[in-house]
Amino acid sequence: AGGLALAAPAQAAEMDVEVMAGACTFCHGTDGNGVGAAIPSISGLPVEQFEYMMTSYQEDANPSTVMGRIARGYTDDQITALAEYFGSKPFERLPQPWINVAMIPEGKELAAEYCESCHENEGREGEGVGILAGQKLYYMEFSVDDFLNEHREMERRQARKFRDLMDAQGREGFTKILNYYASVN
Amino acid sequence: VGLPHIARAAAPSFVVIGGGPGGATTAKYIRRFAPDARVTVIEPNATYTTCFMSNEVIGGDRDISTLQVPMSAMRAHGITLVQDKATGIDADAKTVTTQGGETIAFDRCIVAPGVDFRYDAIEGYSAEAAEVMPHAWKAGPQTTLLRAQLEAMEDGGTVIVSAPPNPFRCPPGPYERISLIANYLKQHKPKSKILVLDAKDKFSKQGLFEQAWETFYGYGTENSMIEWVPKADGGTVTGVNPATMEVTAVAGTFKGDVVNIIPPQTAGAIAHAAGLVEDGWCPVNKGTFESLVVEGVHVLGDSSVAASMPKSGSSANSQGKAAAAGALALAMGQEPPVPHLANACYSIGGPDHGFSVAAVYAYDDFENALKPVEGSGGVSPMDAGPESRRREMFYAHSWFENIKADIWG
Ligand SMILES: Cc1cc2nc3c(=O)[nH]c(=O)nc-3n(C[C@H](O)[C@H](O)[C@H](O)COP(=O)(O)OP(=O)(O)OC[C@H]3O[C@@H](n4cnc5c(N)ncnc54)[C@H](O)[C@@H]3O)c2cc1C
Ligand code: HEC
Ligand code: HEC
Repeated sequence: AGGLALAAPAQAAEMDVEVMAGACTFCHGTDGNGVGAAIPSISGLPVEQFEYMMTSYQEDANPSTVMGRIARGYTDDQITALAEYFGSKPFERLPQPWINVAMIPEGKELAAEYCESCHENEGREGEGVGILAGQKLYYMEFSVDDFLNEHREMERRQARKFRDLMDAQGREGFTKILNYYASVN
Repeated sequence: VGLPHIARAAAPSFVVIGGGPGGATTAKYIRRFAPDARVTVIEPNATYTTCFMSNEVIGGDRDISTLQVPMSAMRAHGITLVQDKATGIDADAKTVTTQGGETIAFDRCIVAPGVDFRYDAIEGYSAEAAEVMPHAWKAGPQTTLLRAQLEAMEDGGTVIVSAPPNPFRCPPGPYERISLIANYLKQHKPKSKILVLDAKDKFSKQGLFEQAWETFYGYGTENSMIEWVPKADGGTVTGVNPATMEVTAVAGTFKGDVVNIIPPQTAGAIAHAAGLVEDGWCPVNKGTFESLVVEGVHVLGDSSVAASMPKSGSSANSQGKAAAAGALALAMGQEPPVPHLANACYSIGGPDHGFSVAAVYAYDDFENALKPVEGSGGVSPMDAGPESRRREMFYAHSWFENIKADIWG
């Protein structure tokens, strides 16, 4: 709970960002860390990934239920300010009691084979890939559906891994992996 | 970093009236922004019961305990809780008095008492009548009463819902309630009907609700479970008789087996007592939520006139952060921030069927307006399809958990 130095001349601008970010946290949770099962946590993302998500929502290049309507309310500068703000908050890996724990061991093995090359360090990091470790299970399920249905774009290597996994394990293979990633703490 | 040294000697004090979404958010975020600030919340109830998701309790899909949050959790943020009711604000002496006889001093006062009902607007309706014909527009015993009445009703009964004129708390709320009552009746009492007597000719997310009603409850056919009588067809309710369970509207008198009267509304009583109200609601500076009538006192949430922002929990939460930052800056003689706020309201229309309305607002200090940012906001697309509706139901429940934690956690 870092308080702000209110006497500093920069405070008005800093408070503008605090207030602006406050319009995200009633959905995404305090500091961008949610407790619900579906809305993704948005803390701790690299700035460019955050900006990419917001601008692709604006253009509907990335499918969304609500984020397109919201992202279009912010300028590029405001998005950068929000990306820096949330990027500076630690991503909290909160317990997800809805996880199917029976799937975790097999999910972990499959993840190592099909996902870990990009979603590194048990899904905690990776170049331009977002965070899977401890991310909300249902958000990840919806994202995988969007990739599989070609509503969300995949790079070639990613698409090949998805196809290989689908051939080997079917859609359930993804669910096993996602239950594992959601459980990483 | 706390307050700087000089300010620390006189850390400002804030008294917040009401521990609902508006008041609790403001209190918590004042402490987050300035950990040295002294914050007291006056709230008569030890437990707050959210109105949001209370329609799922009425429809039988949720236990009321999930709506209940203990006020005591706010102490973890260093907030002083006074379990009492505020009875007056003296803006000159800068004190709030309570029913219990306390007088509490403030540098800035924040008022968020929610709505009160204009019982005089419907002849025969009153707090006593609401024990027979519940409003269930403040959650708690009224919610469980309406649920119990629906459970006790025979198959083939008529449920009357009267929807109020604008502006009122939660514009899509009556229609979500109608949907979830219909969902319950369809499964358990399929010969029953819902008669909606409305004081308006159109309502929030109307297309999406009507689409859900067509999909699930036969709306628009002869077998429709829901009949909607708009104002133009005489839907405005003028009187009730709890003894006979009759409701009189401009169109005529109707008898219900269960009657849910959602009365016209105004700012909470304390706002009236403190002279903060004009035309039913509290005019404010929309940058800081400071009252335009009484200096040093801020009003936010359902009681305030936030013009284009609807009276919702999400609005109250978003405003709470602007009010916290604004009140802090003014208390310390600094420039208040320029708010950029948002609202989003989810509604559940049936099984696996959610949708939303969202808007982003920029503050225009010249016009003292929170203006929807052009190109942003709007409702879920009509043609979004069942998968999108299913996702929005998951997201609605997620929003509920996250906003509860952001306000009272
Ligand atoms: C059926 C229904 C469904 C809803 N669904 C949604 C939804 O899905 N999403 C959404 O965003 N919003 C929803 N809302 C709207 C939301 O509940 C309100 O907009 C929100 O509660 C407003 O917050 P508030 O703090 O202004 O007022 P309130 O929630 O009414 O809180 C006011 C508090 O002040 C206290 N108080 C009053 N007078 C005094 C006094 N004199 N002294 C001390 N304390 C006092 C009260 O006890 C209360 O705790 C819904 C509302 C209803 C009725
Ligand atoms: C009404 C709820 C709501 C509000 C308000 C909201 N979001 Fe979102 N956000 C979502 C949902 C739901 C998703 C998943 C995509 C979708 O279906 O819209 C999401 C996804 C995101 C993502 C992608 C996360 C990832 O890991 O890929 C980012 C980034 C994001 N939101 C940022 C924001 C910012 C910044 C704000 C405020 C300016 C905001 N959101 C306000 C509901 C919301
Ligand atoms: C070759 C690289 C690559 C591989 C392999 C890969 N991914 Fe990804 N993944 C990405 C990239 C890049 C993104 C970001 C896409 C975007 O920004 O829209 C991503 C995003 C995601 C997201 C959405 C995250 C968010 O926050 O929005 C999920 C879920 C996901 N991947 C799951 C998987 C699973 C499951 C596997 C293994 C079956 C996998 N990925 C394998 C590259 C990869």
